[in-house]
Amino acid sequence: MALYREQGIVLRTYKLGETDRILSLLTPGRGKVRAVAKGVRRPGSRFGGRLEPYSHVDLQLYEGRNLDIVAQAELITSFTAVREDFALSACAAVMVEAADRVAQEQERSTRLVLLVLDGLRALARHPEYPGVVLDAYLLRLASLAGYHPDLEACAGCGVPGRHRVFSIAAGGILCRACAPTGSRPLDAGVVALLAALAGRDWDALAVAAAEPRLRRAASALVNSFLTYHLGQPLRAWQLVPR
Amino acid sequence: MYEGPVQDLVEELGRLPGVGPKSAQRLAFHLLTVDSADAERLAASILAVKERVRFCVRCCNVSEFDECRVCRDPRRDPRVLCVVEEPRDVVALERTGEFRGRYHVLGGAISPIDGVGPDDLNIKPLLARLADEDVAEVVLATNPNVEGEATASYLGRLLKTLGVRVSRIASGLPVGGDLEYADEVTLGRAFAGRREV
Repeated sequence: MALYREQGIVLRTYKLGETDRILSLLTPGRGKVRAVAKGVRRPGSRFGGRLEPYSHVDLQLYEGRNLDIVAQAELITSFTAVREDFALSACAAVMVEAADRVAQEQERSTRLVLLVLDGLRALARHPEYPGVVLDAYLLRLASLAGYHPDLEACAGCGVPGRHRVFSIAAGGILCRACAPTGSRPLDAGVVALLAALAGRDWDALAVAAAEPRLRRAASALVNSFLTYHLGQPLRAWQLVPR
Repeated sequence: MYEGPVQDLVEELGRLPGVGPKSAQRLAFHLLTVDSADAERLAASILAVKERVRFCVRCCNVSEFDECRVCRDPRRDPRVLCVVEEPRDVVALERTGEFRGRYHVLGGAISPIDGVGPDDLNIKPLLARLADEDVAEVVLATNPNVEGEATASYLGRLLKTLGVRVSRIASGLPVGGDLEYADEVTLGRAFAGRREV
């Protein structure tokens, strides 16, 4: 069995037998990796609390036929603060669920790993509106996965401007000429907020999202956008306190 | 494949958790060789568990009567309530002999990724108990994993608004373990929760 070393983020865990767990890991070099952590549920296991979801770890793994096996694990960042707060934990659950959908096995995923880490770090700073950080993460994830939402120019003809009709199927905002007849324009504040979520620095997001009405509208659009393009709704999204 | 009843038994046993086709065959052939009395006792206990066991009206633990053994016991301290995820956790805590209060079983933990929210747990009965009973302290004894921590955080916030003292069980090093092999999270928690000697 070949040994290899990878850094990874624990996306999900599934119970296996009495004391083991199957981990779904996101690694830069090999994309999504499924591996077994033996005895991890036993108190006093050598892995201890290192392999909990959202943990960023340095791993040594054996290549297996179906599943790899975790030989050693060192913690890089535990993101304990995220796990211990309900709102942050719910946001992180959506983040890893979305990353799990997008990531592929045996496909380099450095940018995705960096994005997930950015998202988790932003949550760990206890933001004023964790839901806003989540929405920003989801828009960036959509861009990374090839569904970049056009928010600065018409998604149909490319005419620049903050147009106010948003079409999920077209993948962004549409100018008057491209918008289907009868479509209802959005509040200009929502379009501006979406653009800020997609592009602005993580720490500056709270300022852009101060108004609750705009936050809710933008959040609903982000969820619909992701549901449409990922093909399935994100299960954890419903439980994020807004 | 086997004939009639043997095949039925193999198939039924194979539906149990952790029992594969080979194990199901082994169990079925073991049952074929045991005394009729033993087989009847097993069948009777399976039936009894389905007919007689229900959930305690007070704490939602499994019970043979309307109220479970702990809730019926007048020697238990009604002012301290320990909130756990599963009935098995009650047994684990009872084995310690440290806790003399009563329990409340949530029936799971909040898990956003599996779509399990607060409404899917026995949180409403807990709030009703806190309104009806004279409870001074609630101890949150959910598992120290992602789901358990999320549940404890949610309940902690909710219960503090009711003016009741809320505590979380400590977590740290296992007895008999080595400090040098402890992971950073556990060791950090053990350090944060140190106590004066």
